[in-house]
Amino acid sequence: MSLFKRLIRMDQPPIGFFLDGKAVEGRAGDTVLTAILTNADAVRASDVSKNPRAGFCQMGACQDCWVTLENGERLRACTTLLTAGLRVVTGRAA
Amino acid sequence: MSARFDVAIIGGGLVGTSAALSLARSGRSVVLLDKGFCGAQASGVNYGGVRRQGRPPEQLPLAQRAHGIWPELARLIGIDGEFIRSGHLKLARDEADMATLEAYAARVAEFGLDLELIGRNSLAERFGWVNSSLCGASFCAGDGHANPRLVASGFAIAARRTGVDVREKTAVTGFLRLAEGFSLETETGATFSVRYLVNAAGAWADTFAALAGEPVPLTRIYPSMIVTEPVAPLMSVNIGMEGGGIYARQAPHGSCIIGGERGAVLENPDFSRPTGEGARTIMNRTAEIFPALKHAQAIRFWSGTEGAMPDRNPVLGLSSTMPGLIHAFGFTGAGFQLAPGVGEVIADLVRMGETNTAIDAFSIDRFFAPTTKTARIPYGSGAGLLPQPEKTGVPS
Amino acid sequence: MKPAPLIVGAGPAGIRAAATLVRAGLRPVVVDEAPAPGGQIYRQPLVPDGRSPEARYGSEAGKAQRLHAEFAGLLNRIDYRPETLVWNLGQGAADLMHAEKTTRLAYDGLLLAAGATDRILPFPGWTTSGVFTLGGAQIALKAQGVSIGERVVFAGSGPLLYLVAWQYLTAGVRVAGVLECAPFSAKFNLVQGFFHEPRTVLLGLRYAAALRMAGVPMRFGASDLAVAGETRVTGIGWQEGRRKYHLACDAIGFALGLKPETQLADLAGCAFAFSPRDCAHLPTRDGAGRSSVAGTYIAGDGAGIMGADAAERAGERAALALIEDRALPFDAARAILLEKQLATMSRFRDAMAKAFPFPEDWSIADETLICRCEEIAAGEARAAIRQFGSTEINRLKAVSRLGMGRCQGRVCGAGIAEILAEESGQSLAAVGRLRGQAPVKPVPLTLLDTLPEAAE
Repeated sequence: MSLFKRLIRMDQPPIGFFLDGKAVEGRAGDTVLTAILTNADAVRASDVSKNPRAGFCQMGACQDCWVTLENGERLRACTTLLTAGLRVVTGRAA
Repeated sequence: MSARFDVAIIGGGLVGTSAALSLARSGRSVVLLDKGFCGAQASGVNYGGVRRQGRPPEQLPLAQRAHGIWPELARLIGIDGEFIRSGHLKLARDEADMATLEAYAARVAEFGLDLELIGRNSLAERFGWVNSSLCGASFCAGDGHANPRLVASGFAIAARRTGVDVREKTAVTGFLRLAEGFSLETETGATFSVRYLVNAAGAWADTFAALAGEPVPLTRIYPSMIVTEPVAPLMSVNIGMEGGGIYARQAPHGSCIIGGERGAVLENPDFSRPTGEGARTIMNRTAEIFPALKHAQAIRFWSGTEGAMPDRNPVLGLSSTMPGLIHAFGFTGAGFQLAPGVGEVIADLVRMGETNTAIDAFSIDRFFAPTTKTARIPYGSGAGLLPQPEKTGVPS
Repeated sequence: MKPAPLIVGAGPAGIRAAATLVRAGLRPVVVDEAPAPGGQIYRQPLVPDGRSPEARYGSEAGKAQRLHAEFAGLLNRIDYRPETLVWNLGQGAADLMHAEKTTRLAYDGLLLAAGATDRILPFPGWTTSGVFTLGGAQIALKAQGVSIGERVVFAGSGPLLYLVAWQYLTAGVRVAGVLECAPFSAKFNLVQGFFHEPRTVLLGLRYAAALRMAGVPMRFGASDLAVAGETRVTGIGWQEGRRKYHLACDAIGFALGLKPETQLADLAGCAFAFSPRDCAHLPTRDGAGRSSVAGTYIAGDGAGIMGADAAERAGERAALALIEDRALPFDAARAILLEKQLATMSRFRDAMAKAFPFPEDWSIADETLICRCEEIAAGEARAAIRQFGSTEINRLKAVSRLGMGRCQGRVCGAGIAEILAEESGQSLAAVGRLRGQAPVKPVPLTLLDTLPEAAE
């Protein structure tokens, strides 16, 4: 279930990416955070308790939205522009 | 009106606090004076290696004494300080490094370190997370690592609980040798009159040695470290490298702590900070030697101030000029593991005027009368004969 | 040749500072983490999204357009480095990271305009998926055109509380409630504020009125906030006096005002002092923005919360100081005027600090997480304080790992200080501040030097 609700940019070209192996779509101009949270309700599991996290500050300060890609690379979702074909692992495949 | 104590200790690092604890446990009244906070300098901000492997032989009797104390921390100070007897793996880049490790193992065989030499294939098999291009390693199963911030604070708290009068933010401004003991003056105005005085002031100890008429060539070094974000369990052992370059361990909560370069001293020489270039060098090396970390982020850097002697051995023993004064400083690259043993040795020196642990090599007068002194050092200074512990001045 | 001055931040303060230095014939380097200038307040979308400046920035559209245009006009006269992080400072140079590559830049004159982030105190469930800062909620809407939820509660304190709630309402999002943690009586301080900045106060009242007209529940004196929901937000509970309340919602925006980003000032070696108004340790500066370190200047919210209009003036004033200190001709009359305006704005800010006071008795239960990176609960913090007799915040950090996570204490710092002050019976001023450490934000281990052959 998504957390974010898209209000504008509905007609922007869709950009396909993968969330826990599943093909999903974001929109041109999305941050990775927006793209994930319009499709899911968390971006990662926390380090210790493994509780779901969805970011917090959205301005690159709190470092809560670092996500992992299938190839092991890391990126900070709120400050990274969505690009086609990203394969994000939230660690929350439920 | 001076407060009276049996012993005053200058410096609330691990050496000072462990000595204070030991003395208090044997019934001595102790005042411990620190210019800042206990454990805030090298004792608390060092890398956290609890390692005997790689030390010069003359340090090994002391290291072995400390070795017996580490597993007892919980009983001694109430916390285990995250001490883990993980083993210490010293990596060899090439055959020459491997030969050095082999020579070292042979040289220290009598001390009971139980070093195990590991070849290339065995290294890959047992420690697959280490870059497979490395040539081999020497493993010391009895070594480990701990959290210096907890251990240093833990000893200070335990000392206080045992009755030591711990005075933080109380810099000692001078002392005088009296007929019976010493009188001390401090920045806060408090004065003390004591029988014994311990100079455990770390990188600041040269000032107090000079006051005793024993100027020493102490220099300061500023080891620099980085820490990664928490990652899945990877480093099962404490890592060192022959010839220096890197040392690494993984803390129980997942962060890897890696050192290897020096920080830059700030305007106030008491402080230093890692340089961007130095930190980046450590980071890049880490990603190269531990390929699983190539996507990890570094989240914090720090450096600390350590006191070093030119022959890389500490000063530990009775003053050559003032009866009742004991020096214990200059432990760079060795202090963390040794400190609990050093505390016991200091307590011996106060209680009996001598100790069963071999410390002759660390006598302060080796800097004043080298020709008469060398003959009495059991194992030589080690300088030039044996590999240095780590070329880059590793803090433990 | 002398190196160029370095400006960190391209928000209102940084932009005005850059324009001022350019006018004096200098060519500053302007480093900013964002891909486009404007700072957080005048942040731009990543791609054009069809919205007018009025739709995006509301009453501040004119200022946003003016600053964006002003910066565009500077582009060929400055060295602008967007999407670049200053991750370390020292010895007269900055380490800059762009696209996972780093370069070391020597500067002559450092003007820090690093801005602010939301100030947070923890409450049960604040780490739940769906709880964001007020600033975060605003950025989602302003820069991304998304709402953080379909039924949103805004809670906390500060002018941003009403602005963001109003922006969401105007965007057609259902605002389930506005929970102000300060008592209603605090709002009478707005009368004093009105004398200094009538427009700002009237705007705030307009937002509140619009929310009320739309039937949004507006509560005051809300305490003991608690998030409901296991894996994501399903509601929020709070108390007013002894009465307990609950609202269903699927997202929460929360903050207690703003907190300056002071890490770089710390690395630059600037002296700090406790500011009772900001309830935080801030770099000290003179009226012009000079820090305690020669050649280092601080402007905007990064030096103490004053708002965007003040940031513009402080940026210009600090740039004039830099020009003066370089013995270049500078407009002394302008400098005096700016300082006068800043003094008036400071009096307005005094009133706002009283109208939206930082809570004095924020209770944090032992089970509540205080550090969201390392997931350390308040009870663990208290146990560490008692066990080690901690009285100073960096010593507490050393024994508890509080503030050691990825955020470097940005988020948890205020909460840690509260707990330490309470537990050790000291003031917030006395417990000190978490010292800034490099890297200012996480950097990859594989960070490459831009010119590896030039490395020593």
